[in-house]
Amino acid sequence: MNAWRRCAPHSRRTADVQVDAIRFESLAEDALLLRFGDRIDPLLNARVHAAVAILQRLQPALECVPAYASVLLRFDPLAWRSTDAATPHQMLERAARAALAGPETPAETTRQHEIPVCYGGAHGPDLAAVAQHLGLSIEQVIARHVAAGYRVAMLGFAPGFPYLLGLDPALAMPRRPDPRQRVPAGSVAIGGAQTGIYPAPLPGGWQLIGRTPLRLFDVAATPPSRLAAGDRVRFRAIDEDEFRHLHLDAEPRR
Amino acid sequence: MSVSVLKPGLLSTLQDGGRRGHAAIGVGRAGAMDVPAWRLANALVGNRGNEAAIECTLVGPTLRFEHSAWIALTGAPIAARIGAFELPVWTACHVPAGSVLQLGSMAVGCRSYLAVRGGFDVAPVLGSRSSDLHAGLGHALQAGEVLPIGGEPAEPDGPAGDPRALTWRLDPQPWFDFAQAPIALLPGSHAAQLDDASRRQLVDARFRIGKDSNRTASRLDGPTLRLRAPLELISEAALPGTVQLPPSGQPIVLMAEAPVTGGYPRIGQVAAVDLPRLAQRRPGDTACFRHGTLEQAMTRLLRREQALDTLLKHIAQRLQRDGCTRA
Repeated sequence: MNAWRRCAPHSRRTADVQVDAIRFESLAEDALLLRFGDRIDPLLNARVHAAVAILQRLQPALECVPAYASVLLRFDPLAWRSTDAATPHQMLERAARAALAGPETPAETTRQHEIPVCYGGAHGPDLAAVAQHLGLSIEQVIARHVAAGYRVAMLGFAPGFPYLLGLDPALAMPRRPDPRQRVPAGSVAIGGAQTGIYPAPLPGGWQLIGRTPLRLFDVAATPPSRLAAGDRVRFRAIDEDEFRHLHLDAEPRR
Repeated sequence: MSVSVLKPGLLSTLQDGGRRGHAAIGVGRAGAMDVPAWRLANALVGNRGNEAAIECTLVGPTLRFEHSAWIALTGAPIAARIGAFELPVWTACHVPAGSVLQLGSMAVGCRSYLAVRGGFDVAPVLGSRSSDLHAGLGHALQAGEVLPIGGEPAEPDGPAGDPRALTWRLDPQPWFDFAQAPIALLPGSHAAQLDDASRRQLVDARFRIGKDSNRTASRLDGPTLRLRAPLELISEAALPGTVQLPPSGQPIVLMAEAPVTGGYPRIGQVAAVDLPRLAQRRPGDTACFRHGTLEQAMTRLLRREQALDTLLKHIAQRLQRDGCTRA
Protein backbone atom coordinates (compact mmCIF):
# COMPACT_ATOMS: atom_id res chain seq x y z
CA MET A 1 0.00 0.00 0.00
CA ASN A 2 1.39 3.35 -0.91
CA ALA A 3 -0.78 6.31 -0.03
CA TRP A 4 1.39 8.67 -2.02
CA ARG A 5 0.78 6.82 -5.28
CA ARG A 6 -2.90 6.63 -4.48
CA CYS A 7 -3.40 10.31 -3.84
CA ALA A 8 -1.00 11.91 -6.30
CA PRO A 9 -3.06 11.57 -9.51
CA HIS A 10 -6.10 13.06 -7.79
CA SER A 11 -4.25 16.08 -6.49
CA ARG A 12 -2.98 16.79 -9.98
CA ARG A 13 -6.53 17.02 -11.26
CA THR A 14 -6.70 20.44 -9.73
CA ALA A 15 -10.24 21.22 -10.85
CA ASP A 16 -11.72 18.92 -8.22
CA VAL A 17 -11.89 21.47 -5.40
CA GLN A 18 -15.62 20.57 -5.43
CA VAL A 19 -16.85 23.93 -4.27
CA ASP A 20 -20.40 22.70 -3.73
CA ALA A 21 -19.19 20.30 -1.05
CA ILE A 22 -17.54 23.08 0.97
CA ARG A 23 -19.28 24.27 4.13
CA PHE A 24 -18.60 27.92 4.97
CA GLU A 25 -18.55 28.84 8.64
CA SER A 26 -18.04 32.33 10.08
CA LEU A 27 -15.70 31.78 13.01
CA ALA A 28 -14.97 35.33 14.04
CA GLU A 29 -15.18 38.94 12.87
CA ASP A 30 -12.14 38.43 10.66
CA ALA A 31 -12.28 34.70 10.03
CA LEU A 32 -14.18 32.43 7.64
CA LEU A 33 -13.61 28.67 7.66
CA LEU A 34 -14.00 26.55 4.53
CA ARG A 35 -14.66 22.98 5.62
CA PHE A 36 -14.10 20.27 3.02
CA GLY A 37 -14.87 17.33 5.32
CA ASP A 38 -14.21 16.08 8.82
CA ARG A 39 -11.70 13.27 8.42
CA ILE A 40 -8.02 12.84 7.68
CA ASP A 41 -8.06 11.82 4.03
CA PRO A 42 -5.46 12.50 1.32
CA LEU A 43 -8.23 13.34 -1.18
CA LEU A 44 -9.81 15.99 1.04
CA ASN A 45 -6.39 17.35 1.89
CA ALA A 46 -5.48 17.59 -1.81
CA ARG A 47 -8.61 19.73 -2.33
CA VAL A 48 -7.43 21.96 0.49
CA HIS A 49 -4.08 22.57 -1.22
CA ALA A 50 -5.75 23.17 -4.60
CA ALA A 51 -8.15 25.68 -3.03
CA VAL A 52 -5.32 27.51 -1.25
CA ALA A 53 -3.36 27.79 -4.51
CA ILE A 54 -6.35 29.37 -6.27
CA LEU A 55 -7.33 31.69 -3.43
CA GLN A 56 -3.78 32.93 -2.88
CA ARG A 57 -3.52 33.81 -6.56
CA LEU A 58 -6.90 35.54 -6.85
CA GLN A 59 -7.09 37.12 -3.38
CA PRO A 60 -3.50 37.74 -2.28
CA ALA A 61 -4.60 39.92 0.66
CA LEU A 62 -6.29 36.95 2.32
CA GLU A 63 -4.35 34.91 4.84
CA CYS A 64 -5.04 31.23 4.10
CA VAL A 65 -4.39 28.67 6.83
CA PRO A 66 -4.66 25.13 5.46
CA ALA A 67 -5.41 22.16 7.72
CA TYR A 68 -6.27 18.51 7.07
CA ALA A 69 -9.72 19.17 5.65
CA SER A 70 -10.28 22.91 6.01
CA VAL A 71 -8.90 26.29 5.08
CA LEU A 72 -9.21 29.28 7.37
CA LEU A 73 -9.40 32.66 5.70
CA ARG A 74 -8.42 35.65 7.81
CA PHE A 75 -9.40 38.95 6.30
CA ASP A 76 -9.90 42.61 7.05
CA PRO A 77 -13.68 42.96 7.55
CA LEU A 78 -13.46 46.69 6.78
CA ALA A 79 -12.14 45.87 3.31
CA TRP A 80 -15.07 43.53 2.63
CA ARG A 81 -17.96 45.88 3.34
CA SER A 82 -20.55 46.05 0.59
CA THR A 83 -23.07 48.57 -0.59
CA ASP A 84 -25.91 46.04 -0.50
CA ALA A 85 -27.07 44.26 2.65
CA ALA A 86 -24.43 41.53 2.46
CA THR A 87 -22.12 41.13 5.44
CA PRO A 88 -18.35 41.00 4.93
CA HIS A 89 -18.51 37.23 5.52
CA GLN A 90 -21.17 36.84 2.83
CA MET A 91 -19.13 39.00 0.44
CA LEU A 92 -16.02 36.91 1.06
CA GLU A 93 -17.95 33.64 0.71
CA ARG A 94 -19.30 34.80 -2.67
CA ALA A 95 -15.81 35.76 -3.82
CA ALA A 96 -14.31 32.47 -2.61
CA ARG A 97 -17.08 30.41 -4.25
CA ALA A 98 -16.61 32.27 -7.52
CA ALA A 99 -12.83 31.82 -7.39
CA LEU A 100 -13.04 28.11 -6.61
CA ALA A 101 -15.77 27.42 -9.16
CA GLY A 102 -13.93 29.32 -11.87
CA PRO A 103 -11.80 27.96 -14.69
CA GLU A 104 -8.61 28.56 -12.71
CA THR A 105 -6.54 25.40 -12.75
CA PRO A 106 -3.28 26.25 -11.05
CA ALA A 107 -0.34 24.22 -12.27
CA GLU A 108 0.74 21.56 -9.83
CA THR A 109 3.67 23.33 -8.20
CA THR A 110 4.22 20.75 -5.50
CA ARG A 111 7.79 20.76 -4.26
CA GLN A 112 9.57 17.50 -3.50
CA HIS A 113 11.91 17.11 -0.53
CA GLU A 114 14.22 14.32 0.47
CA ILE A 115 14.81 14.32 4.21
CA PRO A 116 17.85 12.35 5.39
CA VAL A 117 17.17 10.49 8.65
CA CYS A 118 19.49 8.62 10.97
CA TYR A 119 17.15 5.97 12.39
CA GLY A 120 17.39 4.39 15.83
CA GLY A 121 20.13 4.60 18.45
CA ALA A 122 20.32 7.87 20.37
CA HIS A 123 18.51 9.63 17.52
CA GLY A 124 15.45 7.37 17.64
CA PRO A 125 15.14 6.17 21.23
CA ASP A 126 11.66 4.67 20.65
CA LEU A 127 12.49 2.73 17.48
CA ALA A 128 13.09 -0.62 19.21
CA ALA A 129 9.88 -0.33 21.25
CA VAL A 130 7.92 0.69 18.13
CA ALA A 131 9.23 -2.35 16.22
CA GLN A 132 8.37 -4.64 19.11
CA HIS A 133 4.88 -3.17 19.48
CA LEU A 134 4.19 -3.54 15.76
CA GLY A 135 5.64 -7.05 15.53
CA LEU A 136 8.24 -5.94 12.99
CA SER A 137 12.00 -5.93 12.98
CA ILE A 138 13.80 -2.60 13.32
CA GLU A 139 14.97 -2.97 9.71
CA GLN A 140 11.38 -3.52 8.53
CA VAL A 141 10.17 -0.39 10.32
CA ILE A 142 12.93 1.67 8.69
CA ALA A 143 12.30 0.09 5.27
CA ARG A 144 8.57 0.85 5.43
CA HIS A 145 9.12 4.41 6.70
CA VAL A 146 11.57 5.09 3.85
CA ALA A 147 9.45 3.37 1.19
CA ALA A 148 6.38 5.57 1.54
CA GLY A 149 5.80 8.94 -0.12
CA TYR A 150 4.36 11.62 2.13
CA ARG A 151 2.53 14.88 1.72
CA VAL A 152 2.64 17.80 4.17
CA ALA A 153 -1.02 17.99 5.17
CA MET A 154 -0.53 21.09 7.30
CA LEU A 155 1.93 22.87 9.58
CA GLY A 156 1.00 23.56 13.17
CA PHE A 157 1.70 22.79 16.81
CA ALA A 158 4.95 24.78 16.53
CA PRO A 159 6.58 26.89 13.80
CA GLY A 160 7.53 24.61 10.91
CA PHE A 161 6.09 21.39 12.39
CA PRO A 162 4.79 19.28 9.45
CA TYR A 163 1.94 16.83 9.84
CA LEU A 164 2.68 14.24 7.15
CA LEU A 165 0.07 12.08 5.41
CA GLY A 166 1.08 8.78 3.87
CA LEU A 167 2.39 6.71 6.78
CA ASP A 168 2.26 2.97 6.04
CA PRO A 169 -0.74 1.81 8.14
CA ALA A 170 1.45 -1.01 9.51
CA LEU A 171 3.53 1.70 11.25
CA ALA A 172 0.63 3.41 13.05
CA MET A 173 1.58 3.56 16.70
CA PRO A 174 -0.15 5.16 19.71
CA ARG A 175 1.47 8.20 21.32
CA ARG A 176 3.60 7.74 24.41
CA PRO A 177 1.63 7.71 27.66
CA ASP A 178 4.35 9.91 29.20
CA PRO A 179 5.17 12.79 26.82
CA ARG A 180 8.76 14.01 26.89
CA GLN A 181 9.51 17.47 28.25
CA ARG A 182 12.01 18.10 25.50
CA VAL A 183 12.35 16.35 22.16
CA PRO A 184 15.55 17.23 20.21
CA ALA A 185 15.18 19.37 17.08
CA GLY A 186 15.01 17.24 13.94
CA SER A 187 13.42 14.23 15.66
CA VAL A 188 11.33 12.16 13.26
CA ALA A 189 8.36 10.67 15.02
CA ILE A 190 5.17 8.63 14.69
CA GLY A 191 1.97 9.73 16.41
CA GLY A 192 -1.05 7.55 15.63
CA ALA A 193 -1.43 7.25 11.85
CA GLN A 194 0.77 10.29 11.22
CA THR A 195 4.44 11.00 11.06
CA GLY A 196 6.11 14.33 11.66
CA ILE A 197 9.37 16.10 12.37
CA TYR A 198 10.04 18.29 15.42
CA PRO A 199 11.61 21.48 13.99
CA ALA A 200 12.89 22.73 17.36
CA PRO A 201 13.41 21.36 20.86
CA LEU A 202 9.82 20.91 22.03
CA PRO A 203 7.77 18.89 24.45
CA GLY A 204 6.30 15.93 22.63
CA GLY A 205 4.38 12.70 22.99
CA TRP A 206 5.09 11.10 19.61
CA GLN A 207 7.33 8.03 19.27
CA LEU A 208 10.84 9.06 18.21
CA ILE A 209 12.24 6.73 15.54
CA GLY A 210 15.07 8.84 14.09
CA ARG A 211 16.45 12.30 13.57
CA THR A 212 17.26 14.48 10.59
CA PRO A 213 20.32 16.74 10.64
CA LEU A 214 18.50 19.30 8.49
CA ARG A 215 17.13 22.51 9.97
CA LEU A 216 13.41 22.69 9.29
CA PHE A 217 12.76 26.16 10.62
CA ASP A 218 15.01 29.20 10.69
CA VAL A 219 13.59 32.70 11.04
CA ALA A 220 16.64 34.10 9.25
CA ALA A 221 16.03 31.93 6.16
CA THR A 222 13.70 32.73 3.25
CA PRO A 223 11.28 31.08 3.49
CA PRO A 224 11.72 30.33 7.20
CA SER A 225 10.08 26.91 6.95
CA ARG A 226 11.78 24.29 4.76
CA LEU A 227 8.44 22.55 4.26
CA ALA A 228 5.13 24.09 3.19
CA ALA A 229 1.65 22.60 3.27
CA GLY A 230 1.12 20.52 0.13
CA ASP A 231 4.82 19.67 -0.33
CA ARG A 232 5.81 16.05 -0.92
CA VAL A 233 8.39 14.37 1.26
CA ARG A 234 10.45 11.20 1.16
CA PHE A 235 12.84 9.99 3.83
CA ARG A 236 16.31 8.59 3.14
CA ALA A 237 18.12 6.49 5.74
CA ILE A 238 21.62 7.76 6.58
CA ASP A 239 24.29 6.57 8.99
CA GLU A 240 25.85 8.39 11.92
CA ASP A 241 28.79 9.70 9.87
CA GLU A 242 26.55 11.30 7.29
CA PHE A 243 24.35 12.67 10.08
CA ARG A 244 27.33 14.42 11.67
CA HIS A 245 28.55 15.72 8.34
CA LEU A 246 25.14 17.12 7.36
CA HIS A 247 24.48 18.42 10.86
CA LEU A 248 27.52 20.71 10.65
CA ASP A 249 26.30 22.04 7.31
CA ALA A 250 22.89 22.68 8.76
CA GLU A 251 24.13 24.90 11.60
CA PRO A 252 22.68 28.37 11.26
CA ARG A 253 24.93 30.91 9.63
CA ARG A 254 25.44 34.00 11.76
CA MET B 1 19.40 55.66 22.39
CA SER B 2 18.70 52.84 24.76
CA VAL B 3 17.04 51.63 27.92
CA SER B 4 18.68 49.18 30.34
CA VAL B 5 16.61 46.57 32.11
CA LEU B 6 17.56 46.57 35.80
CA LYS B 7 14.74 44.27 36.97
CA PRO B 8 12.58 42.39 34.50
CA GLY B 9 9.25 42.41 36.39
CA LEU B 10 6.99 39.37 36.44
CA LEU B 11 6.66 38.88 32.67
CA SER B 12 7.58 41.80 30.45
CA THR B 13 7.73 41.39 26.69
CA LEU B 14 7.98 43.65 23.68
CA GLN B 15 4.76 43.69 21.66
CA ASP B 16 3.54 45.46 18.57
CA GLY B 17 0.55 44.79 16.31
CA GLY B 18 1.66 41.20 15.79
CA ARG B 19 3.10 38.94 13.15
CA ARG B 20 0.70 38.56 10.26
CA GLY B 21 0.70 36.18 7.35
CA HIS B 22 2.70 33.27 8.77
CA ALA B 23 -0.01 31.02 10.23
CA ALA B 24 0.36 28.60 7.32
CA ILE B 25 3.90 27.75 8.52
CA GLY B 26 2.80 27.41 12.12
CA VAL B 27 3.63 30.93 13.33
CA GLY B 28 0.81 32.81 15.05
CA ARG B 29 0.30 36.54 15.38
CA ALA B 30 1.11 37.26 19.03
CA GLY B 31 1.12 41.05 19.53
CA ALA B 32 -0.33 43.18 22.31
CA MET B 33 -3.06 41.48 24.37
CA ASP B 34 -4.87 44.81 24.92
CA VAL B 35 -4.53 46.37 21.48
CA PRO B 36 -6.38 49.67 22.15
CA ALA B 37 -4.23 50.31 25.24
CA TRP B 38 -1.05 49.61 23.24
CA ARG B 39 -2.17 51.91 20.40
CA LEU B 40 -3.04 54.73 22.80
CA ALA B 41 0.32 54.42 24.58
CA ASN B 42 2.08 54.82 21.23
CA ALA B 43 -0.15 57.76 20.30
CA LEU B 44 0.60 59.55 23.59
CA VAL B 45 4.32 59.61 22.81
CA GLY B 46 3.72 60.73 19.22
CA ASN B 47 4.60 57.44 17.57
CA ARG B 48 3.32 56.55 14.13
CA GLY B 49 1.40 53.45 15.23
CA ASN B 50 3.04 50.03 15.04
CA GLU B 51 6.04 50.66 17.33
CA ALA B 52 6.86 47.97 19.89
CA ALA B 53 6.02 48.78 23.51
CA ILE B 54 6.71 46.84 26.70
CA GLU B 55 3.73 44.76 27.82
CA CYS B 56 4.02 44.39 31.61
CA THR B 57 2.21 41.61 33.45
CA LEU B 58 1.00 42.22 37.05
CA VAL B 59 4.38 43.64 38.17
CA GLY B 60 6.37 45.87 35.86
CA PRO B 61 10.13 46.12 35.28
CA THR B 62 12.69 48.63 36.54
CA LEU B 63 14.41 50.45 33.69
CA ARG B 64 17.18 53.00 33.33
CA PHE B 65 16.84 55.50 30.50
CA GLU B 66 20.30 56.22 29.16
CA HIS B 67 18.95 59.21 27.21
CA SER B 68 16.06 61.58 27.72
CA ALA B 69 12.79 60.20 26.39
CA TRP B 70 9.04 60.68 26.19
CA ILE B 71 7.17 57.73 27.64
CA ALA B 72 3.54 56.79 28.32
CA LEU B 73 1.80 54.15 30.41
CA THR B 74 -1.66 52.78 29.59
CA GLY B 75 -3.70 49.65 30.26
CA ALA B 76 -4.03 48.41 33.83
CA PRO B 77 -3.26 51.24 36.31
CA ILE B 78 0.33 50.57 37.39
CA ALA B 79 2.42 52.19 40.12
CA ALA B 80 5.30 54.08 38.49
CA ARG B 81 7.96 56.32 39.98
CA ILE B 82 11.27 57.96 39.18
CA GLY B 83 12.82 58.71 42.57
CA ALA B 84 10.15 60.67 44.47
CA PHE B 85 8.20 61.59 41.32
CA GLU B 86 5.10 59.46 40.83
CA LEU B 87 4.25 59.16 37.17
CA PRO B 88 0.63 59.58 36.14
CA VAL B 89 -0.75 57.02 33.67
CA TRP B 90 -2.69 57.62 30.42
CA THR B 91 -0.53 60.65 29.64
CA ALA B 92 2.97 61.32 28.34
CA CYS B 93 5.91 61.98 30.64
CA HIS B 94 9.32 63.37 29.82
CA VAL B 95 12.12 61.48 31.55
CA PRO B 96 15.64 62.93 31.67
CA ALA B 97 18.75 60.93 30.77
CA GLY B 98 19.81 58.60 33.60
CA SER B 99 16.30 58.27 35.06
CA VAL B 100 15.50 54.99 36.77
CA LEU B 101 11.84 54.16 36.20
CA GLN B 102 10.44 51.76 38.78
CA LEU B 103 7.21 50.11 37.72
CA GLY B 104 5.36 48.37 40.51
CA SER B 105 2.16 46.40 40.69
CA MET B 106 -1.26 47.08 39.20
CA ALA B 107 -4.19 48.03 41.42
CA VAL B 108 -6.54 46.16 39.09
CA GLY B 109 -6.13 44.48 35.73
CA CYS B 110 -3.32 42.38 34.40
CA ARG B 111 -1.39 44.20 31.67
CA SER B 112 0.10 47.67 31.29
CA TYR B 113 1.87 49.15 28.28
CA LEU B 114 4.97 51.30 28.37
CA ALA B 115 5.56 53.09 25.09
CA VAL B 116 8.57 55.27 24.32
CA ARG B 117 8.85 57.85 21.57
CA GLY B 118 10.63 56.14 18.66
CA GLY B 119 9.59 52.68 19.87
CA PHE B 120 11.71 49.85 21.24
CA ASP B 121 13.76 49.18 18.16
CA VAL B 122 14.90 45.56 18.38
CA ALA B 123 15.35 43.68 15.10
CA PRO B 124 11.99 42.46 13.79
CA VAL B 125 11.48 38.72 13.30
CA LEU B 126 9.16 37.79 10.40
CA GLY B 127 7.96 41.37 10.20
CA SER B 128 7.21 41.93 13.88
CA ARG B 129 8.99 42.84 17.11
CA SER B 130 6.46 40.93 19.20
CA SER B 131 7.74 38.20 21.47
CA ASP B 132 5.86 34.94 20.99
CA LEU B 133 6.93 32.77 23.90
CA HIS B 134 4.62 29.98 22.75
CA ALA B 135 6.33 29.85 19.34
CA GLY B 136 9.82 30.40 20.76
CA LEU B 137 10.27 33.77 19.02
CA GLY B 138 11.68 36.58 21.14
CA HIS B 139 11.90 36.33 24.91
CA ALA B 140 10.75 37.86 28.19
CA LEU B 141 12.88 40.84 29.27
CA GLN B 142 15.88 39.92 31.40
CA ALA B 143 17.94 41.92 33.87
CA GLY B 144 21.01 43.39 32.18
CA GLU B 145 19.42 43.57 28.78
CA VAL B 146 19.74 46.80 26.78
CA LEU B 147 16.84 47.77 24.52
CA PRO B 148 17.55 50.14 21.64
CA ILE B 149 15.14 53.02 21.02
CA GLY B 150 14.41 54.35 17.55
CA GLY B 151 14.75 58.00 16.54
CA GLU B 152 16.48 60.91 18.25
CA PRO B 153 16.68 61.73 21.98
CA ALA B 154 13.81 63.91 23.20
CA GLU B 155 14.91 67.53 23.61
CA PRO B 156 14.79 68.44 27.28
CA ASP B 157 12.68 71.59 27.15
CA GLY B 158 12.13 71.75 30.92
CA PRO B 159 14.63 72.04 33.74
CA ALA B 160 17.17 69.30 33.18
CA GLY B 161 17.06 66.41 35.60
CA ASP B 162 13.37 66.63 36.48
CA PRO B 163 10.82 64.21 35.09
CA ARG B 164 7.54 65.88 34.21
CA ALA B 165 4.14 64.94 32.85
CA LEU B 166 1.87 66.69 30.38
CA THR B 167 -0.88 68.78 31.96
CA TRP B 168 -3.63 66.59 30.50
CA ARG B 169 -4.40 62.89 30.52
CA LEU B 170 -6.82 60.52 28.85
CA ASP B 171 -9.88 59.15 30.59
CA PRO B 172 -9.05 55.44 30.89
CA GLN B 173 -12.76 54.69 30.37
CA PRO B 174 -13.98 53.09 28.16
CA TRP B 175 -10.52 51.76 27.29
CA PHE B 176 -10.04 50.06 30.63
CA ASP B 177 -12.92 47.90 31.89
CA PHE B 178 -13.16 48.70 35.62
CA ALA B 179 -16.66 47.16 35.85
CA GLN B 180 -15.63 43.73 34.53
CA ALA B 181 -18.88 43.53 32.57
CA PRO B 182 -19.98 40.24 30.91
CA ILE B 183 -18.10 39.20 27.79
CA ALA B 184 -19.99 38.60 24.53
CA LEU B 185 -19.69 35.08 23.17
CA LEU B 186 -20.42 34.21 19.54
CA PRO B 187 -21.66 30.69 18.82
CA GLY B 188 -18.88 28.12 18.36
CA SER B 189 -18.92 25.26 15.86
CA HIS B 190 -19.66 22.69 18.57
CA ALA B 191 -21.72 24.74 21.03
CA ALA B 192 -24.84 22.81 20.05
CA GLN B 193 -23.16 19.58 21.17
CA LEU B 194 -22.90 20.77 24.79
CA ASP B 195 -25.41 19.04 27.06
CA ASP B 196 -28.36 21.17 28.23
CA ALA B 197 -26.94 21.97 31.66
CA SER B 198 -23.57 22.97 30.18
CA ARG B 199 -25.19 25.21 27.57
CA ARG B 200 -26.94 27.09 30.37
CA GLN B 201 -23.87 27.19 32.60
CA LEU B 202 -21.72 28.69 29.87
CA VAL B 203 -23.70 31.94 30.16
CA ASP B 204 -25.18 31.64 33.68
CA ALA B 205 -22.11 30.58 35.63
CA ARG B 206 -19.35 32.75 37.01
CA PHE B 207 -15.94 31.50 35.91
CA ARG B 208 -12.65 32.33 37.55
CA ILE B 209 -9.48 33.02 35.55
CA GLY B 210 -7.15 30.10 36.31
CA LYS B 211 -3.70 30.71 37.73
CA ASP B 212 -1.92 28.99 34.84
CA SER B 213 -3.38 31.49 32.37
CA ASN B 214 -0.89 33.25 30.12
CA ARG B 215 -0.59 34.98 26.74
CA THR B 216 -1.52 31.70 25.01
CA ALA B 217 -4.76 31.03 26.86
CA SER B 218 -6.98 32.19 29.70
CA ARG B 219 -8.11 29.11 31.57
CA LEU B 220 -11.59 29.26 33.08
CA ASP B 221 -12.23 27.54 36.39
CA GLY B 222 -15.90 26.89 37.08
CA PRO B 223 -18.55 24.29 36.49
CA THR B 224 -17.38 21.33 34.43
CA LEU B 225 -18.91 21.58 30.96
CA ARG B 226 -19.74 18.41 29.07
CA LEU B 227 -20.64 17.45 25.54
CA ARG B 228 -23.67 15.22 24.93
CA ALA B 229 -21.32 12.72 23.31
CA PRO B 230 -17.56 12.77 22.78
CA LEU B 231 -16.45 14.33 19.49
CA GLU B 232 -13.59 12.98 17.41
CA LEU B 233 -12.17 16.08 15.74
CA ILE B 234 -9.25 16.61 13.43
CA SER B 235 -6.97 19.60 13.82
CA GLU B 236 -8.00 22.79 12.10
CA ALA B 237 -7.03 26.41 12.36
CA ALA B 238 -7.43 28.06 15.76
CA LEU B 239 -7.81 31.74 16.59
CA PRO B 240 -7.41 34.16 19.47
CA GLY B 241 -10.80 34.32 21.20
CA THR B 242 -11.73 30.71 20.45
CA VAL B 243 -13.25 29.01 23.50
CA GLN B 244 -12.10 25.41 23.48
CA LEU B 245 -13.38 22.58 25.65
CA PRO B 246 -10.60 20.11 26.50
CA PRO B 247 -11.50 16.72 28.05
CA SER B 248 -11.17 18.20 31.57
CA GLY B 249 -14.42 20.12 30.96
CA GLN B 250 -12.81 23.41 32.03
CA PRO B 251 -12.96 25.77 29.05
CA ILE B 252 -9.94 27.68 27.81
CA VAL B 253 -10.00 30.88 25.78
CA LEU B 254 -7.15 31.17 23.29
CA MET B 255 -5.41 34.54 23.50
CA ALA B 256 -2.80 36.48 21.49
CA GLU B 257 -0.28 33.62 21.34
CA ALA B 258 -2.91 31.09 20.28
CA PRO B 259 -1.47 28.08 18.50
CA VAL B 260 -2.40 28.26 14.81
CA THR B 261 -4.12 24.86 14.87
CA GLY B 262 -6.10 22.96 17.47
CA GLY B 263 -8.26 19.88 17.79
CA TYR B 264 -10.50 20.55 20.80
CA PRO B 265 -14.22 21.27 20.38
CA ARG B 266 -14.87 25.01 19.99
CA ILE B 267 -17.84 26.01 22.09
CA GLY B 268 -17.70 29.74 21.50
CA GLN B 269 -15.78 32.70 20.17
CA VAL B 270 -15.17 35.78 22.29
CA ALA B 271 -16.23 38.92 20.43
CA ALA B 272 -13.06 40.62 19.21
CA VAL B 273 -14.09 43.87 20.87
CA ASP B 274 -14.18 42.08 24.26
CA LEU B 275 -10.83 40.27 23.96
CA PRO B 276 -8.82 43.18 25.45
CA ARG B 277 -11.23 43.17 28.40
CA LEU B 278 -10.63 39.45 28.97
CA ALA B 279 -6.88 40.05 28.58
CA GLN B 280 -7.10 42.43 31.56
CA ARG B 281 -8.64 39.80 33.87
CA ARG B 282 -5.95 38.44 36.15
CA PRO B 283 -5.86 34.96 37.72
CA GLY B 284 -8.55 34.92 40.40
CA ASP B 285 -10.75 37.52 38.66
CA THR B 286 -14.17 36.38 37.54
CA ALA B 287 -15.54 36.25 34.01
CA CYS B 288 -19.18 35.92 32.93
CA PHE B 289 -20.34 35.41 29.38
CA ARG B 290 -23.44 36.44 27.48
CA HIS B 291 -24.66 35.31 24.08
CA GLY B 292 -23.97 37.67 21.22
CA THR B 293 -24.30 37.57 17.45
CA LEU B 294 -21.63 38.11 14.86
CA GLU B 295 -23.58 41.08 13.54
CA GLN B 296 -23.65 42.79 16.95
CA ALA B 297 -19.97 42.01 17.44
CA MET B 298 -19.09 43.54 14.07
CA THR B 299 -21.08 46.68 14.87
CA ARG B 300 -19.41 47.07 18.27
CA LEU B 301 -15.97 46.49 16.74
CA LEU B 302 -16.59 49.10 14.05
CA ARG B 303 -17.82 51.61 16.63
CA ARG B 304 -14.77 51.04 18.81
CA GLU B 305 -12.40 51.43 15.85
CA GLN B 306 -14.09 54.72 14.94
CA ALA B 307 -13.87 55.98 18.54
CA LEU B 308 -10.23 54.94 18.71
CA ASP B 309 -9.38 56.62 15.40
CA THR B 310 -11.06 59.85 16.57
CA LEU B 311 -9.16 59.76 19.85
CA LEU B 312 -5.84 59.07 18.11
CA LYS B 313 -6.40 62.14 15.94
CA HIS B 314 -7.24 64.30 18.98
CA ILE B 315 -4.11 63.12 20.74
CA ALA B 316 -1.95 63.99 17.71
CA GLN B 317 -3.52 67.47 17.51
CA ARG B 318 -3.09 68.08 21.22
CA LEU B 319 0.57 67.00 21.15
CA GLN B 320 1.15 69.37 18.23
CA ARG B 321 -0.46 72.23 20.13
CA ASP B 322 1.69 71.44 23.17
CA GLY B 323 4.82 71.38 21.01
CA CYS B 324 5.42 67.71 21.79
CA THR B 325 5.32 66.33 18.28
CA ARG B 326 7.99 64.15 16.90
CA ALA B 327 10.82 65.94 15.11
